[in-house]
Amino acid sequence: MNRTLLLLIVCCTCHFGCSSEENSSVKIGFIGPLTGGVSANGIGGRNSADLAIKLANSDPTKKNQYELVVLDDECKPNIGIQVATKVAANPNILGVVAHYCSAVAVGTVDVFHKFGMPMIVWGAVLPKITYGNSYPEVHRVNGTMINQNDVAAKFMVDMGYKTWVIIHDTTDYGKGHNKYFSESLEKYGGTILGSFGVTADQQDFNAELTKIKSLNPEVIYFGGITPIGVRIRTQMDRLNISAVFQGTSGIISDAYIEGTGPLAERTLAFREGDAAERLPGGSVFLEEYKKQQYSSPPEAYGPFAFAATNLLIAAIENTGSNRERITKYLNQVRNYDSVIGKITFDEYGQNMVPLITKFVVQDGDWVIWEQSEYKSGERNLSQKP
Amino acid sequence: MILDFLDQYLVNGLVLGVIYAMVAVGFTLFFGVLNIIKFSHGDVLMAGGFAALLAHQTLTSLGSELTIFNLIVTIIFAVLSMGLLGALAARFLVLPLKAAPPLNTLLITLMLGLAIREAVRLFYPNGSNPKPFPRLLPDTSTTLQTFQIRTDSLIIIFGGLGAILFLHLLIKNTRLGLAIRAIAQDSETARLMGINFRKIVLGTFALGSGLAALAGVANGLYYNEVNFSMGLFLGVVGFSSAVVGGLGSILGAIIGGFLFALLQTLGAIWFTVPAYKDVFAFIIIIVIMACRPTGLLSESSSDRV
Repeated sequence: MNRTLLLLIVCCTCHFGCSSEENSSVKIGFIGPLTGGVSANGIGGRNSADLAIKLANSDPTKKNQYELVVLDDECKPNIGIQVATKVAANPNILGVVAHYCSAVAVGTVDVFHKFGMPMIVWGAVLPKITYGNSYPEVHRVNGTMINQNDVAAKFMVDMGYKTWVIIHDTTDYGKGHNKYFSESLEKYGGTILGSFGVTADQQDFNAELTKIKSLNPEVIYFGGITPIGVRIRTQMDRLNISAVFQGTSGIISDAYIEGTGPLAERTLAFREGDAAERLPGGSVFLEEYKKQQYSSPPEAYGPFAFAATNLLIAAIENTGSNRERITKYLNQVRNYDSVIGKITFDEYGQNMVPLITKFVVQDGDWVIWEQSEYKSGERNLSQKP
Repeated sequence: MILDFLDQYLVNGLVLGVIYAMVAVGFTLFFGVLNIIKFSHGDVLMAGGFAALLAHQTLTSLGSELTIFNLIVTIIFAVLSMGLLGALAARFLVLPLKAAPPLNTLLITLMLGLAIREAVRLFYPNGSNPKPFPRLLPDTSTTLQTFQIRTDSLIIIFGGLGAILFLHLLIKNTRLGLAIRAIAQDSETARLMGINFRKIVLGTFALGSGLAALAGVANGLYYNEVNFSMGLFLGVVGFSSAVVGGLGSILGAIIGGFLFALLQTLGAIWFTVPAYKDVFAFIIIIVIMACRPTGLLSESSSDRV
């Protein structure tokens, strides 16, 4: 009797299992930090990828129906490897749009390569992710921190600043920023008075900032992401440090402005690609995004996640359900029109986006430098408002 | 050159010392009364900071602009709500496990801490982002010769010390305090003498958690920022301070808290890489623990709490 029951249960499970696999929709994976300190960016990316899927599904010219499988890497390398393995090991998932955090992406590319899983990075900027290997599966639509820091260093030196102190987090991401910014700054003739590595969950920066105060730099460069960026900027004020605060793409988020309040004013940061509203399809993207009534904004890298998902859909539409052919298609992408401009992958799968946009916080918004009152001379970066 | 900024180091060290001491006193109270270690203490501190933020936002949305009034209401709300949370935790999680091995209590409070942390992150609007904490204290500074001290730091230092002193007097001089001390010494006999064990335990947890909430508010006022993960490190430091001072002794917890802050400050001054300061402080704590396993003020049962 018991055995019959067991058999019945097994049959049922199999039946349901099988029936779900018969579902004709094509699965695409999305991985990003949906919880934790940088989750605002992860959720913005997830929504943007979701938008791409919804638009494709409502497009009658598309051959397939698509389904997004969303997983959370928590911006932690160990969790990233777990979810990457889960996605890559599922034969029904044909490609994946993955990672905002560099420290995670740099570990998971090996997993994706092992499983032959075509992937497109949508936010992580560490050069090593594409340039550190020759995996055909790995692609990236956003630029790397090399170009970002080079433009940043040149821009600041041209503005007449001479002395810097660097604070960076001690992950691969922060160390990368430190390395590339220092190299570029040296090239353009800036002086680094000191550099401080801090842990990614540090709360109190008084010790570092007191030392920095005694060094009296003109600019504090911060290579890291929003949560500690907020803390450092806020605690600078407590110690009355009036140096210019220069960040990286890691702090370009609404969360930075929310967290620092009025202190965010005159913070500088640099990001590859253009602002969403100035992108070729940016206004359409923002309009469609608004229509879906997501509870949070796309954030800085939303358009990249959207473009990556669209590119993956195009690959599947053109090649059918085969990971190898999708990889091959992606490697041949040249001048693909997307919301972030033309996408062209080099031999490492890196999109060659030459454009870096400079941002400054003005009245509680990230404003493009060229359109800001700081550029026009109405406000002064080195002076407290 | 370092000495130029001695005032900064000193003031920061004192503020940290007060905050650590407030957390450590909570650990010591819980251990004194029930012989348990409540690992959710750091997260209660964090939740206290968020409760204060919520109270302040409600007040300002109601149009209250008087800073001192807002500050007082904010603090009262944070302390009362966390006191209630502490009492509830004691009633439904800690007391039912009284007969179980201590490891179970430790685990369940660890889980509670995780639940509080995740709840704030998920249910507070945009809870995963750092939140700016309102500046409710005057940000003027006083200069004594070369020493520059900000008024808000001074208020935090004296406010915190005042709160600890208040708790000390409460335990030494009131009937509630007497009952707490009686239970700490011998709960069986205390019960035979007619002390309501359950009520006193709930009261102790409320007290300790209220103090943690106050530490959370102080932390928010000092850094002008609160975030969901700030309780983790403070919990570990508070626990270490309580242990190094001698678990069960309030004076020990205060000494432990200030000692830890002092070690961090010395570390920050000595090492060119400030990141070593925590490593340095914890190593010294380990050495002290190795030499005096029961803490600096070693516990004798009559001294408990």
